[in-house]
Amino acid sequence: MTVTPVDPQPALTLTARALRRRRARRRFTARPLAVAGALGVALVVIFAVFAPLLSPVDPNAPNFDTVLAGPSPHHLAGTDQLGRDVLSRLFYGARSALLAGVLSTLLATVVAVPVGLLAGYYRRILDAVVMRIMDVALAFPFLVLAVGLAAVLGPSLVNATLALGIAQIPVIVRITRGEVLAARELDYVAASVVNGSGSATIMARQILPNVLSPVVVQATLTIPTAIVGAAILSYLGLGVQPPTADWGAMLSEARIYLSQAPWLGVFPGLAIFLTALSFNLLGDGVRDALDPRMRP
Amino acid sequence: MSTLLEIHDLTIWFDTDEGPVLAVNGLSLALEPAQVLALVGESGCGKTVTALSLLRLAPPNARVTGQARFDGKDLLAMPGRQLRAVRGRQISMVFQEPMSSLNPVFTVGRQIAEVLRRHRKLSNRDANARAVELLDLVRIPAALRRMEEYPHQMSGGMRQRVMIAMAVACDPKLIIADEPTTALDVTIQAQVLDILRDLRERFGTAILLITHNLGVVADIADRVVVMYAGHKVEQAPVGELFATPQHPYTIGLLGAVPRRQTHQSADRRLAEIPGLVPVLRQTPTGCVFAPRCTRRTDPCQVTTPELTPIPPDQHVACLHPGTRQEVPA
Repeated sequence: MTVTPVDPQPALTLTARALRRRRARRRFTARPLAVAGALGVALVVIFAVFAPLLSPVDPNAPNFDTVLAGPSPHHLAGTDQLGRDVLSRLFYGARSALLAGVLSTLLATVVAVPVGLLAGYYRRILDAVVMRIMDVALAFPFLVLAVGLAAVLGPSLVNATLALGIAQIPVIVRITRGEVLAARELDYVAASVVNGSGSATIMARQILPNVLSPVVVQATLTIPTAIVGAAILSYLGLGVQPPTADWGAMLSEARIYLSQAPWLGVFPGLAIFLTALSFNLLGDGVRDALDPRMRP
Repeated sequence: MSTLLEIHDLTIWFDTDEGPVLAVNGLSLALEPAQVLALVGESGCGKTVTALSLLRLAPPNARVTGQARFDGKDLLAMPGRQLRAVRGRQISMVFQEPMSSLNPVFTVGRQIAEVLRRHRKLSNRDANARAVELLDLVRIPAALRRMEEYPHQMSGGMRQRVMIAMAVACDPKLIIADEPTTALDVTIQAQVLDILRDLRERFGTAILLITHNLGVVADIADRVVVMYAGHKVEQAPVGELFATPQHPYTIGLLGAVPRRQTHQSADRRLAEIPGLVPVLRQTPTGCVFAPRCTRRTDPCQVTTPELTPIPPDQHVACLHPGTRQEVPA
């Protein structure tokens, strides 16, 4: 075939791409709630990363002169039963919350997406075996499964993260596999087969990019659940161990003193609530901005 | 000229929950290089599954037997690796639904370029340049700008042209076009047919055209195979088929084409064929069309009609062939 060759003009290509990116950014920033979520998440991350700089005092240093003191200029969020500064403990607590929440979701996604992809693509025996295992796991509620796993693995932050991650796998496998089942029947997958693509290419280039969007949405929705789950595990004594600061563990300790020192429960509770809310808002915003179907 | 594609005794059974169903029975046909062969029939007659089975894309519950020799090699018996080399390079396909045949998450330029990179081992730059040429070839205006667009930014006709550009990217010898114009409106349909005709003339690409639209057949096809309930009932060069249709089913199909009304037929209703395509649960005895046929006689119920030649170049599978225009009610 001979047609006059045309210069592809890479400069134009770049501008079009940059334009698209700018549009997505604009769509994100046009949503006040999404921006609020992003700011909230950024704040939590800053707290976690710079906890040593932000904390007025050592979070684990007891001070028996000021036990159960209310919020004051010295201790903005008061002190606990050992006289430890609650604000400092909140900053440090952001670390375990983020680690357990985000890492566990990441872990679950990394494991579950390939499994769901393979099961949905090859179907037959592989699919049947994988999905029956997932069905068994799904028979347990998320938290029951996580608590059970954490109890078996033993109490520690790493094990709590593992337990939360494993407990999230079945849902993500299920969603991925369902999306793959639908996607593999689409015409463009058949078109790719007709064009001579092999299974690996089809899975990686045709199916995966098209199933990722609901998976990402699911993942962003489970991050807050995992953060709350991490707090619950710590609350139950299955996660972070004392004296390490953790929002769930702080809530647990606050229980006894709730009538005398309500700030002990209110501040970690607010921290968990606001963090989960921020991740939810951020997730929604990212999805709305990136969804290819919403591109003009 | 040697035959490009030769289908011999293709039979396809579907295993369904209600037992096996016969979709295609003993279909044979031949396609020469640079020829346009139309496979015509109503919905469910086995046209599409025939096309899909050629590239071994038939659904997993289909049992396909027979031979499909392409360039001397049997597509149905070929090992997977060899088949992948044929797909896209030598045979490519255009689907019915342009709205869903392109991957929504990549730009059309990238999708075309990818085919070139994979089969032609072109560099990114060369593949992109070639993709622009291909878009130009299928008459997409401002091809360079369109490269960067996503499928949803294009109309159905434009997407179908992109599909054709992808299909011809590697200079295939055969394009299978499964109802390529069904989802398009009439003016766009004509443009797409023009492009296909152009490809055939310029590059000698053979086209296996699957359609139920006799207007499309008249426009572009060289030869026509009429299918009914998985059986070839008539085969003819396009002129003969329209001038002297022999099989009562073909005549019925032609009667169902709307024509400009003349004064004596102003109140004429479009002729229809009563009844539905049967679902065959076993190999039929007798003529498959007999239950709906106005020429039916007792032998039709028991004797399977053989494909018999009618000179010069027509074949019909009917015990009572003839060109009677009006099928008596």
